[in-house]
Amino acid sequence: MQRILRKIIKVGTVTEPLGRSEQTIEVLGSELDRVIRKRFQKSLAIRQVDAGSCNACELEIHAMNNPYYDLERFGVHFVASPRHADLLLVTGPVSRNMEVALKMTYDAVPNPKMVIAAGDCAVCGGEFGCTYATVGAVSQVIPVDVLIHGCPPTPTDLIRGILMAVGLPE
Amino acid sequence: MNFTLTQTLVSRLHEAAIPLETREGPPPCLQVAEGQWAKVAQIARQEGLRLVAEWASEENGAFTIHAAYALGAQGYALAATQLGQGVEEFPSLVPHYSVAARMERIIHDFYGLKPLGHPDLRSWIKHDSWPEEAFPLRKDFALNGPLHRHEGSYPFIGTEGEGSYEIPVGPVHAGIIEPGHFRFQVVGEQILNLEERLGYAHKGIEKHFESRDAVSAARMAARSSGDATVAHSWAFCLAAEQAAGRAVSPRAAHLRAVLCERERMANHIGDIGAICNDAAWTFMQMQCQRLREDLARLHHRLFGHRLLMDLVVPGGVTRDLDLDGIARLRDQTQAVAGEMGELFKIYEENTSIRERVIGSGGISTQDAHTLGLLGVVGRSAELDLDARRDAAYSPYDQCPPQVKVCRGGDVSARLWIRFQEIQTSAQLIEKLLVDLPEGGFQEPFQAPAEGSWGFAVVESWRGEIATWIRFGPGGRIQRCYVRDPSMINWLGLELAVREVPVPDFPLNNKSFNCSYSGHDL
Repeated sequence: MQRILRKIIKVGTVTEPLGRSEQTIEVLGSELDRVIRKRFQKSLAIRQVDAGSCNACELEIHAMNNPYYDLERFGVHFVASPRHADLLLVTGPVSRNMEVALKMTYDAVPNPKMVIAAGDCAVCGGEFGCTYATVGAVSQVIPVDVLIHGCPPTPTDLIRGILMAVGLPE
Repeated sequence: MNFTLTQTLVSRLHEAAIPLETREGPPPCLQVAEGQWAKVAQIARQEGLRLVAEWASEENGAFTIHAAYALGAQGYALAATQLGQGVEEFPSLVPHYSVAARMERIIHDFYGLKPLGHPDLRSWIKHDSWPEEAFPLRKDFALNGPLHRHEGSYPFIGTEGEGSYEIPVGPVHAGIIEPGHFRFQVVGEQILNLEERLGYAHKGIEKHFESRDAVSAARMAARSSGDATVAHSWAFCLAAEQAAGRAVSPRAAHLRAVLCERERMANHIGDIGAICNDAAWTFMQMQCQRLREDLARLHHRLFGHRLLMDLVVPGGVTRDLDLDGIARLRDQTQAVAGEMGELFKIYEENTSIRERVIGSGGISTQDAHTLGLLGVVGRSAELDLDARRDAAYSPYDQCPPQVKVCRGGDVSARLWIRFQEIQTSAQLIEKLLVDLPEGGFQEPFQAPAEGSWGFAVVESWRGEIATWIRFGPGGRIQRCYVRDPSMINWLGLELAVREVPVPDFPLNNKSFNCSYSGHDL
């Protein structure tokens, strides 16, 4: 226990102000009205769906929760079920084998809801494009509100994209 | 690459009076008649060889089945059997190597070739919505070919009896994880059986390869499994360079190894944190996440990418290191290894985490050997395997790593191996950077001649990655096969969690940390 406490004290708080994003983030015409967006600002619950990514995007999504970025300080947290979620964070070029599961997950999220397509694959198919095995873009399957480019996007890009989705100032 | 095993296998097959021809490579490949295919596997099994992979290819309308075997320091041997025109079946290797089961199901899915004697020919990557007659890796199937959706169902293994029930999980999991489906048969809290259903992340990577040249295909290889992007790129490049008959400069080989060892450190650190987090020990998770982020940030600064993607390319690497970069990399590697040493002491003293991990999800050495489990998982069950030492590819031929193994094969052993390998990697990085040879780091890649082939393995942080490539006309890839270690280790997870309580499944799953994308391709 002593060693743990010593380590915690020695490392201190490493959380830092949010940096600049390096990638383009596009906010698409959203059907959500401003009032709802504003309500989401206080506490946003995210359900992440991997629709066939190479798992690089997942590594960076995980990194948002590390002590440097500490996503939860913005009132944003990940939940274990789409039933608890306000927002779907989708990665991958939507593999044929995930298409139905993605639709079902979207349907399971209660209204009002938002969708972010994170990473080049989710935005436009990326390196994989549209083939026998992949649909090619999340927006081909479910409505998308925000696009975050990058292969993969950095944790900063991802956090900025999430904050923009709920209309928080940068 | 070390192909000494080929000679051993040739002499054993001669003794058994099996006719064969050797196609000189590099690498050499033993050609046997279709009727002898299973016999070769039987002899290989008797000799204690490990089945690395089994795959198929098509040329001029006829199919070939390939296999790669390995045996410790003797390295690797390739074998192939050509099926006659119109022949669409081959003898299954499953009676000798159960690990071939899923590989042959994939051949069946993608080529429509039937492994005779295979006990389970349910479709694997091709889910029930796919038309049965669609064979994506056949040459007459277009990459963009449309596929109609079909209704279908997948018959899972079931259990009957009072008190037994079933838990279906996935493909969308409760955490930030890749997609896959697990079907648990359970009594009370004990798992009786786990059946995996994978293929959800299938992106047609092997089909994509076939429309590209080596330079463009390297980007695809880098995305086979994002967490092992360096190792996958490296295995692909080694195979392509072998086919072209060229080796990269010593400096490029050293830089590739530095990148691969840094990738190993980052993933092992991340895994240690995540395993502890699954046992509710947030302290370790936060410390490890912090260190992993430190590595990613330096990667971004020195190489322009946090995960080191697209740095290893045919002909070398895309970025060099200057003296300042070398100093930074050495300093940080040693500092992080030092902190992980400190965290190891804390871990060893923490009885509540030890109570969760010791004895959970054990695999016997015998089972690990039968399946040929790879990487951390194999070494935690006393399998002394490491492609860096056994395949002896450059630069590890000059600095083979000290391979650590341990007993038990449980979550605790898999954690211990990771802690040890972080230190080994740090020592290797130090050595590689101190002895970094002068010279170029990238040369233009000369497209190999039509018909040339290559086979290479690389020890990723997860275990051995094997890549086989053959070139067609104009430098285009005719066929490229990739075997991620997850193809084999997923089978180990099914074994490990029998009689484990359901709440300990995440702990075990994380300690294996198999790649869904690498398996599904």
